[in-house]
Amino acid sequence: MKTCLVVDDSRVIRKVARRILEDIGFEIAEASDGMEALAWCRASMPDAILLDWNMPVMSGIEFLRRLRQEPGGDRPGVVFCTVENDLERIREALDAGASEYIMKPFDGDIIASKFAEAGLA
Amino acid sequence: MNPEDCDMIAQLCASRAGLLVDPEKTYLIESRLGPVARREAFGSIADMLAALKARREDRLAWAIVEAMAAGETGFFRDRTPFELFRTEVLPTLARLREGEPIRVWSAACGSGQEIYSLAMIVDDERGGLAGNARIELFASDLSERALEKAQSGLYTQFEIQRGLPIRQLVRHFEKADEMWALSPRIRQMVRWRRINLISDLSAAGRFDVIFCRYVLNSMTAQARPRLLENLARALSPEGFLVLGEGEAIQGLGEAFQPVSGRPGLYARNPAFRVAA
Repeated sequence: MKTCLVVDDSRVIRKVARRILEDIGFEIAEASDGMEALAWCRASMPDAILLDWNMPVMSGIEFLRRLRQEPGGDRPGVVFCTVENDLERIREALDAGASEYIMKPFDGDIIASKFAEAGLA
Repeated sequence: MNPEDCDMIAQLCASRAGLLVDPEKTYLIESRLGPVARREAFGSIADMLAALKARREDRLAWAIVEAMAAGETGFFRDRTPFELFRTEVLPTLARLREGEPIRVWSAACGSGQEIYSLAMIVDDERGGLAGNARIELFASDLSERALEKAQSGLYTQFEIQRGLPIRQLVRHFEKADEMWALSPRIRQMVRWRRINLISDLSAAGRFDVIFCRYVLNSMTAQARPRLLENLARALSPEGFLVLGEGEAIQGLGEAFQPVSGRPGLYARNPAFRVAA
């Protein structure tokens, strides 16, 4: 079974995302900020990451830049899921190595379609 | 709404556009006609239908039919037909046409996502096609309102997240307040027209690719063979018809045959070519 790390400081968002991603066949791990997510990835690199942008301790974009420097860190497909919805931010995410980008609010169809688009589901 | 009014709506849609409306689905009819009644300044759907019976006003009748015809759409919906268009249909036609224009038609374009998805593919592929192929894009719909929205190229955040890859968004869209605006360059690639697909299409022209997805199953049994014959007459002999998932042509005349191993793709039946 493929694994997906859901990184968001909102417990509600993590819970909703977990339910949607489990339905499309992922085993889920959770982290509430970028630093915690990096520790997860160092211990066990997931196949996919659903990533918030604005979080305490370490932001999503900083996490992604650091992840891509880690051994095996080029492997996970990363889908941003954030309220940031201007083109400059989206370009920044793609330049840092994001595979896809979801603007909140989202629903199950959007997550499923973006994961399919990124070749993750 | 009472059953007689629902029957009247179903008959109106069938006779004008071949559209199948289940008169039992009162909730659907009411949800589609409520906005029309408000827009036309009637106090209720019943008032609007009473006026329609009294005045037999053509414009109002069409407003009702068009509202009932509205379907769901999305960018790159179902993905596979667009991949086939990119990797097989376009290169094949480009080789066959040797510089002659390739004409592509989205026959029930709704709010435009299908034809714009095709336009983005054409924009991506243009340089790599044989013989400097020229591709002309056409879109039509029964609904004037749908055509107006499509031509505006403006979409909500929800709409641009359904099927549109993020790199295509970055390449072709700009933020416009709360909406996303498609670039004029892509919008200007498409020519638009209101077309009723069960009317005489002989003036519509000849096309090499026709996308007509999720229309067939929304038609009455009487209208379906007519639709397919109309599309076959509008399709060039070496062209392709693309239907939606789950739409089958069996039992609907001899106009088309499936392209083997390519679900959703159809070619004109050579026997029909003789009869056309």
